Order: sequence, then C-alpha cells, then structure tokens
Amino acid sequence: MECNNQKKDSRRKFLKNISTGTAAAVTGIAFYSLSSCEDPSEEKTTLLTTDGNLVQVPNSEIEKMEHLHQGAPPAEARQGIPGKKFVMVVDLSKCKNARKCVNACDKHHNLTPDRPYIKVLQMQDNEKSAPYWMPKKCFQCDNPPCVKVCPVGATFKRTDGIVLIDNERCIGCRFCMAACPYSARVFNWGAPPEGKLDVPYSPETSLPSKIGTVAKCDFCPDLLRQNKLPHCVTACPNGVIYFGDELDDTVTNGEETVRLSTLLKDKAGYRYMEELGTKPRVYYLPPVNRMFPFEDTMKENTES
Amino acid sequence: MTKPIIEQQKYETKREKDVLKHIVSTSLSYKLWMAFLLIVILFGMYGYYRQLRYGLEVTAMRDYTSWGIYISNFVFFVAISLVGSLFSSILKLNKNEWSRPLRRVSEIIAISAIICAVVIIIVDMGRPDRFFNVIKYFRIQSPIIWDVTIISTYLVISLLLYYISILPDIALCRDRLTEIPKWKKSMYRILAINWTYQPKQATMLKKVSTILAIAVLPVAFAIHTVTSWLFATTWRPGWDSTNLGPYFVSGAFMAGAAVIIIAMYFIRKHLKLKEYITVIHFDNMGKLLVLLSLVYLYFNINEYLGPAFKMVGVEGEHITELFTGKYAAMYWFVQIGGLILPLFLLMFKIFRRPLPLFIISIFVILGAWFKRFLIVIPSLQHPYLPIQGVDESYLHYDPSMEEWLITLASFAWLLFIITVLIKLFPVIPIKAETLTTEANVEPKTLEDEG
Repeated sequence: MECNNQKKDSRRKFLKNISTGTAAAVTGIAFYSLSSCEDPSEEKTTLLTTDGNLVQVPNSEIEKMEHLHQGAPPAEARQGIPGKKFVMVVDLSKCKNARKCVNACDKHHNLTPDRPYIKVLQMQDNEKSAPYWMPKKCFQCDNPPCVKVCPVGATFKRTDGIVLIDNERCIGCRFCMAACPYSARVFNWGAPPEGKLDVPYSPETSLPSKIGTVAKCDFCPDLLRQNKLPHCVTACPNGVIYFGDELDDTVTNGEETVRLSTLLKDKAGYRYMEELGTKPRVYYLPPVNRMFPFEDTMKENTES
Repeated sequence: MTKPIIEQQKYETKREKDVLKHIVSTSLSYKLWMAFLLIVILFGMYGYYRQLRYGLEVTAMRDYTSWGIYISNFVFFVAISLVGSLFSSILKLNKNEWSRPLRRVSEIIAISAIICAVVIIIVDMGRPDRFFNVIKYFRIQSPIIWDVTIISTYLVISLLLYYISILPDIALCRDRLTEIPKWKKSMYRILAINWTYQPKQATMLKKVSTILAIAVLPVAFAIHTVTSWLFATTWRPGWDSTNLGPYFVSGAFMAGAAVIIIAMYFIRKHLKLKEYITVIHFDNMGKLLVLLSLVYLYFNINEYLGPAFKMVGVEGEHITELFTGKYAAMYWFVQIGGLILPLFLLMFKIFRRPLPLFIISIFVILGAWFKRFLIVIPSLQHPYLPIQGVDESYLHYDPSMEEWLITLASFAWLLFIITVLIKLFPVIPIKAETLTTEANVEPKTLEDEG
C-alpha cells in the first residue's frame, strides 16, 4: 500500500517537471524505481526527477499517460499547484450574456442546465442605473466561509488559492451552502445525471459526481495543471474573463495578456461585497463604456 | 377468580400502589396508542427508505432552500429538550418543592427530544453512510462539531440525571412488583445495581444529583446557543444576529414548559394520578409559562425591531416577507396565537386550570414549531445575489410527502420513547421524600437539598 502511494506521488511530481512535449506522453516512476517494490528490467530510459537529477528508469516502469486530462487524486488535490496564486478578472463591460461560458462549464463538468456552476445574473444596482450582465462563479475566497464551517474538512483552501471539495469525504450537511454569501454552491440532490463515468474520482474535476454531496465551480485545476485556461475563459467569444497568476501579476483572456495590477488600477476593478471580508479571488471591472447595449437575452436563452 | 394483576403485588402504601399500577396493568388505550405510534413510525421509515434510495431529491429542498423542515424540526427538538434542565436544575436548585413530581417527566422529555434531534439530523444528511467522518475528521473550527459535542454531552448528563432520579424507585419496583414477567424482574434487578436503601447510598446519590444539576445548566444553555450559532455564524438575513443565542434559549424554555404541561395533562388523566399532579401544579406551570413568555417576548422584540426599523437590503426583504409577504399568515399566527394570546390569557387564573392550560400549551407548541420553520426557511430564500437561471422548483419550498412522513414519524418516535419510559418506570417519585431518608444521619445534606 505504501509502495503504491509513493508510486503515485512520485509520478505526479515527476510529471510536473517534464515538459509538455513528447515526454508528456509517458509517465515514469523516478524514485520508486530504485526501491524494492518493483522488478528489475534491462531497458532503461533517462528521466528528470523533481529535484533536477537525471535518473535511469526501467522501461517496464514507464507507462502511457492516459490520465492527463483527469485531476489529481484526493490527497494530492489538497496541495495545490506550487508557486501559483490563481486569480480571475471579469470585465462586465464586455458581457452580453452569450452563455458560452455556462455551456462549456456544464459540458465539461457534466452538469444539467437547471443547475449550472456559472450563473450569468441580470443585475441592476438601483432603479436609475442601467442593467448589466454579471457572470458569477465561485469566488475562491481567501477567507472562505464555506471552508470555515465544514465539519469534516471536505472543502478546503489550497496553496494556489483554489477552494475545492472532496466529494468522497463530504457528509452532505449543506452548512457550506448556508454559509456561502454568494450562493456559489450546488448540491447533488439526486443521482448524477451523467450516469456512470469511467474515470477515477478527482476533487479537481468533481467527477464522477457523487450523490448527496456538494459541488461548485473549481477554476478547472485539471486544465491548470496542463498550463491551460479554464473552460469558461476559452469559451467566451468576447474576452470577458481574464485568468492568471497573481504572483506573476499577469492575466489573460486568451487573446490579450495584461498586467493584473494595471488592469485593476486602470479600470477600477473591485470585488463583489468587499464588506463581508471574504477576500474573493475574482475581481470585476465595472460595466462602463460597454461593448454591447444591454438586451434582455435571459428569456430566449433559457428557452432555447 | 384471581385478583386483578394490580392487586397481586406487595405494596406497602397507597402511594406505592398509585404510582406503580400503570406499570403492571396495560390498558387497551395504551395498546392502541402504541400501535398508532408504530404505524406513523413505519410510514416515516418508508419515507426515509425512499430518501435513501433516491437521495435528498425526494425532498423539496434545492440549492437555495438547502435546509428545510428537517433542520427546523431539529431546532424544535433541541429546544424542547431544554426543559429537562429547567426542572432538574433551575427549579430544583431554587428549592421549588412543588416542581418535584414534574422533574422526572421533564427529564424523560429531555432525553426523548435530544435522541430525536440526533435522529433527525442524521436524516438530513446527504450521506448518512459517512456519519463517522464527523469523528474521523473532527474539525473543531466548525460549529457543527461544537453542536455534536455539546449534544452528546447533554444526552449523557440527561440520561444520568434521569437514572439517578429513578434509581431508588427501580429498587422499589424490584422489591414490590413480585407478579410481573421475568424479563421485567431481571431488568429492575440489574438496573437497581444493588440499591439497598442504605443512608450511605442515599447520601452519595444526593451528592451526585446536586453535581449533575449544576453541571447540566451550562450544558443546556450551550446546546441551544450552539444550535443558534449554526445560523448566526452565516450572513443570511434573520440569522446574522447577535441576539440569536438568548432568543433561541428563551424560546426553548417557553416551548419546553408547554410540552411539560401537555405531558402532565395526559399523565394525570391516563395514569390516574390526580392526587400527585394537582390543579396547583397546573396553576404554577401557567404562571411559569407567563414568566417565560415575557422573557421570550422581550427577545422577540429585540430580534425584529432593529432590522424592521432600518429595512436594509436583503434583511428588509426578509422582514417584508415575514410581516406582509407569503409567510405573513404563519408569522402572525406564531406571534399572536403562539405568544401574545397565551401570555395574555394565562394572566387570568381561570385559564390556568388544567384543560384551558392544556389547550393554550398546544398553541404554544404549534407556534414554537412553525416559528422554527420561519427561522430556517425564509432566510435561505433571500440570498445577496438574485435567484436566476435555475429550475423552477428551486424558487419555492413546499415540503414533500417524504419530508412530512419523516417529520410526523419523528414526533411519533418522541412520543414512543416518552411512553415507553413512563410505562417501564415510575413517573412520580414513589417515596414522597425518597432522598431525605438520609436526614437523620446527615442533617446538613437535607438543608442543602430541601
């Protein structure tokens, strides 16, 4: 059992260090190969370990990487991606409720349209001000009320800023749903809609989803591990959503890459309900100088 | 012809016969009552079977109203379980001698209600199969863990309080009830743990009971205060309040007193204990209920006046919904029918007679139950961000058939436990002054305990 865990861990660490090129097609067990758990083999390949050493790994220990598109297993998913602080900026002046982010998210998280992770809300701050569309995901708060109240640590904050849920630990008490002031969380009230998904469970995708447990937007850490942008960012036709790393001070919407601090300064970025002290990792840019006039597209979109 | 079963036992006094007779003879109404409760419980089990099979989807709860009548019912049970401490601790330590015959009833209600609270909270869990994760991953930061800890502590103390209170009477059952089934005999023998009425034993028992009476008081306050923190630690309108702890506790004492009155009424009538639970007891309970209602009224005003004066944002929406919106009828029934009217009527002696007091108490209890519905559900329906783009079923909450079956079964389960405990053990202390047998040996103890 111990050998197995070690094997998984080192495989994962190893993957992080190899480039995304040809080596990504295979995975090896760098440290583990030298331990007593495996059989010796003649053919060896030279691979790079996490601490930068070259080691010889028997070919029998190298297998095709098939699980690259799946998230990390529960224990590893708690750690987060080292050296990152993910952050999102939503430019409200560009959103016209095209709903491509919602659809892409639903598709990749196996959600039914009646209970999406992303909601594009029709907002109006007061009677005189103009209505606008506000895409809302989980704010991945730095002071997350949901994490505070969880009695079993099933929802947790990672070093890279992402708040995730371990659906294999969640007891379904729904205290986190009551605690979240942004109604970001959805519950698996019934059996998962997708039927049986034949993938190993990972908190990074919340798939396969588990009945009687809670779920929410997760910033797609499975994609982040591959240096890809979350589905909602790439799906947006209008470049509404910027995503990036706070430590790098860069965010990108897939087309343009900008300095996070400059963007927030120039466009007066804000966080929703700052007064609650939750410290969200999602910023909004106010709906000024809009790209599109506001049209009530909610109805036709929900009907279609 | 042989004597009836009641006469076959070896009683020494009339009091012994009076308070033991319902243990040896089983009436038809008792059997019908138990059958009725079991049927209701069976229906509830069917509802729970469906919930286990299809998930919480069978309830009317959805992503916004994510807590429903299971949680409000849980709060209700925790509330009425507080009555145990009211009698065993507050009234006892204040030397309110009249309350002595009611202590056991209150302890029975406390135990039964807290057991039901535990059961109903497990019913509410999406993954009851993972219940032990609570212990495995015990995360002390979470108010749920505080609640689990304090409720189990209260359950243990309540069980001990009840047990030490009936211990000398169990011994009497063992000695007096000679003509009873064998299993009952051995039950009394084992539970009496060799009680021999020695002064030394009585002294020890008295000490333990005083320690427990003191110990239960902070725990009892804590169970309902911590339960209120499950709500007060969030940002929901109506929950985000510093008043919630005392508000819950004061409401709980009032509901608990009403439950005691209802229990007294039934016990007095069906166990024919008119000489032991007297009109004076009802009168005193009526007065006590007035006092508790006044305290609760005070916290009620505190709870609503500030937010209703300011009418800020979602808090204002919530208040409007309660005062004039879709929950207005329930809200005003709860406030007027369950609080103001009982408070007013009970100031008159005529309404403190057993029957009127019983009827008023039923209104108080109904008010208390719906009050907890109003605490839990409408708050969840006013989130900061508007509810849009979800299925129509997410917009409102009308409890489903399964939820009602399970809730009714939880009441039946409560009454079932109460009835069984009353049936097995004397509900009125057999010796009027059981614990003062020690008086001659240690007069000091008598003084302490009264």
